[in-house]
Amino acid sequence: MSDTQVILYRDVKKGLLVALWFMFLTFPIMVIKVNPIDKIIIWRWQNMFLVGGASFFLYLFSQIFLRKRKTSSQGDQAAKPSRLPFQQALITESKFFIPALCLFGLFWLSFPWLFSTYQTNIMITALMYVVLGLGLNIVVGVAGLLDLGYVAFYAVGAYSYALLNTHFGLGFWTVLPIGALLAMLFGILLGFPVLRLRGDYLAIVTLGFGEIIRLILENWNEFSQGPSGISNIARPGFFGIDMSLDAAISYTYYLMICLVLATIFIVNRLQNSRIGRAWFALREDEIACQAMGIDKTKTKLTAFALGATWAGMVGVIFAAKTTFVNPASFTFLESAIILCIVVLGGMGSIVGVILGALILILLPEYLRAFSDYRMLVFGAVLVTMMVFRPQGIISNIRRTYAIDEDLGQNTVRQKE
Amino acid sequence: MDYFIELFLSGLTRSSIYALIALGYTMVYGIIGLINFAHGEIYMIGAFTALIVSTVLAIYGFPFFAIVALTVLAAIIWSSAYGYTVEKIAYKPLRNAPRLSPLISAIGMSIFLQNYVLLAQTSDFLPFPALIPEFQFMEPYAHIIGSSDLVILLTTITVMVLLTLLIKYTKTGQAMRATSQDKKMAMLVGINVDKIIGITFIIGSALAAIGGVLIASHIGQINFYIGFIAGIKAFTAAVLGGIGSIPGAFLGSLILGLTESFATGYVSSDYEDVFAFSLLVLILIFRPAGLLGKSSIEKV
Repeated sequence: MSDTQVILYRDVKKGLLVALWFMFLTFPIMVIKVNPIDKIIIWRWQNMFLVGGASFFLYLFSQIFLRKRKTSSQGDQAAKPSRLPFQQALITESKFFIPALCLFGLFWLSFPWLFSTYQTNIMITALMYVVLGLGLNIVVGVAGLLDLGYVAFYAVGAYSYALLNTHFGLGFWTVLPIGALLAMLFGILLGFPVLRLRGDYLAIVTLGFGEIIRLILENWNEFSQGPSGISNIARPGFFGIDMSLDAAISYTYYLMICLVLATIFIVNRLQNSRIGRAWFALREDEIACQAMGIDKTKTKLTAFALGATWAGMVGVIFAAKTTFVNPASFTFLESAIILCIVVLGGMGSIVGVILGALILILLPEYLRAFSDYRMLVFGAVLVTMMVFRPQGIISNIRRTYAIDEDLGQNTVRQKE
Repeated sequence: MDYFIELFLSGLTRSSIYALIALGYTMVYGIIGLINFAHGEIYMIGAFTALIVSTVLAIYGFPFFAIVALTVLAAIIWSSAYGYTVEKIAYKPLRNAPRLSPLISAIGMSIFLQNYVLLAQTSDFLPFPALIPEFQFMEPYAHIIGSSDLVILLTTITVMVLLTLLIKYTKTGQAMRATSQDKKMAMLVGINVDKIIGITFIIGSALAAIGGVLIASHIGQINFYIGFIAGIKAFTAAVLGGIGSIPGAFLGSLILGLTESFATGYVSSDYEDVFAFSLLVLILIFRPAGLLGKSSIEKV
């Protein structure tokens, strides 16, 4: 057992080699900075030692982590744990679940009174990403279709409200379903031809589609006013009452809370429905799934269209919240952030996705000093999660049916 | 007519660069079935390394040809090192994971490398020194084809021939073909599959570095974002020709480069990228295996 916890001499030696390799690797880009116009070279030797030290310790940590995981998985097989781990108990057992939910609910309901408008605005953004994450979760996490152009549907929603509002004066509540429907329509239009493709091609086509939508919005000036965007979009109305800015923001906040709750409810019901089970099955094995008589294309299309619908709805709310849209809000990076939320939180897991969205959106807001490093960290998170913990922070819990030998009865058990 | 020839030749130059990058995609896909999203970033890093090395050497007053030779060498060395490291960190641990995992990891790597260069260097466009000299004998034709276009074309053709020879006639090439056909069987006959995969990444990255230096010198400026669009377009070219097939990568690049060149020349330059993406979507819908690719039948 001792060699699993202790860092060996061998590891230190290998770690030093790794550090040397990374010092060499990052040498031109990290150490030298040139100004080709003024012909100045800036040497930043301190970076070299930073890289060396960081890679040495990261290597050691990763080795310790991998070894721990190996021994713990062996332990798991030896003695099956009878009790659910704490994080799962929190979600599944009602005696933990209900008080925790009440506490969170109270906190979220009183948020606009407890904190400033600025904080509320940030929270609205975070909640928007929760819904976007849950929407993408249907597509990526549940149905296993890697969609890298998710932001396109978000853009469709946002622009449909922006355009319908400025040209025809349609209100928020009228456009909300229209935006959702339009996004769904786009989802079906794109999904119909491309869903025959294998997973990795699908990723590229959706990525291409996302870029096409953004480029069209950027270049078709007569339609979308190009890169300058559309401004002065009306905020969401409430029976025609005039609201101050603060009130309007609080109102948007509660609207978002309602949408989040509705999304959680619907997504949760969907996952355990017939179509939800079909999605999971499709993710695990397409061929076996078809052999069981599941219509592959229709099932995939439903997932794709439903995911798009939520993106469209959030898009409408985004346009109403910021009162301004331009194509710069809908770049590939936005898709990457939403994907990162789903991957970090745990693909297919609702609680995980909510947690992922809150972590990834709120942390960079409050750690302003590190905001430059945001995308760097997102990229690193995607890689490390895939290598070390592919199931995410909170892994998905699926309902399974097992026969209990002692009672001879069917019992429902929650299993990872 | 002159305009047509000009567009045709600039299309050829474009195609050559796409081909150099597309080869990396196609080789990696052929061998481990993974879309290496970070490949465009490797190309960008090659261009950045070249910029840094050439500027430093120029400031220290090296002669022109020494600068060119050392710059290209440095770009190749560091690009290959990055390609190799990316494979070891992000793809190797996921060899037996579900298909989606390495793909997400690759996207993460691409975002990471982009922002790494952005933070360590700059987000501005940097002027890139002209590493390709203007040849005297080219002067009469200068209105149709520049010296750098000629160099790019010739380099690409040379690289293509060398690569084909390498894959057809050397031991390594044989091992690469064996690995791409059946990894387990290759292991059984004594091929070090991990080493072959590493070599594939190194060759692909070196080609991307050559492409990076050539195009940066041709266009004259670079920034951290050039890899993303170039990568996607090269991928489009690879898919167009049939991913996994090396002649397919050339054919695909040729079609894509010419289409783009004519479309921007005769229609509109605002939608340059839209043409490429639409072509990609259309190809995948109507002929997912590409022009020269074999459609694979999935067996249970």
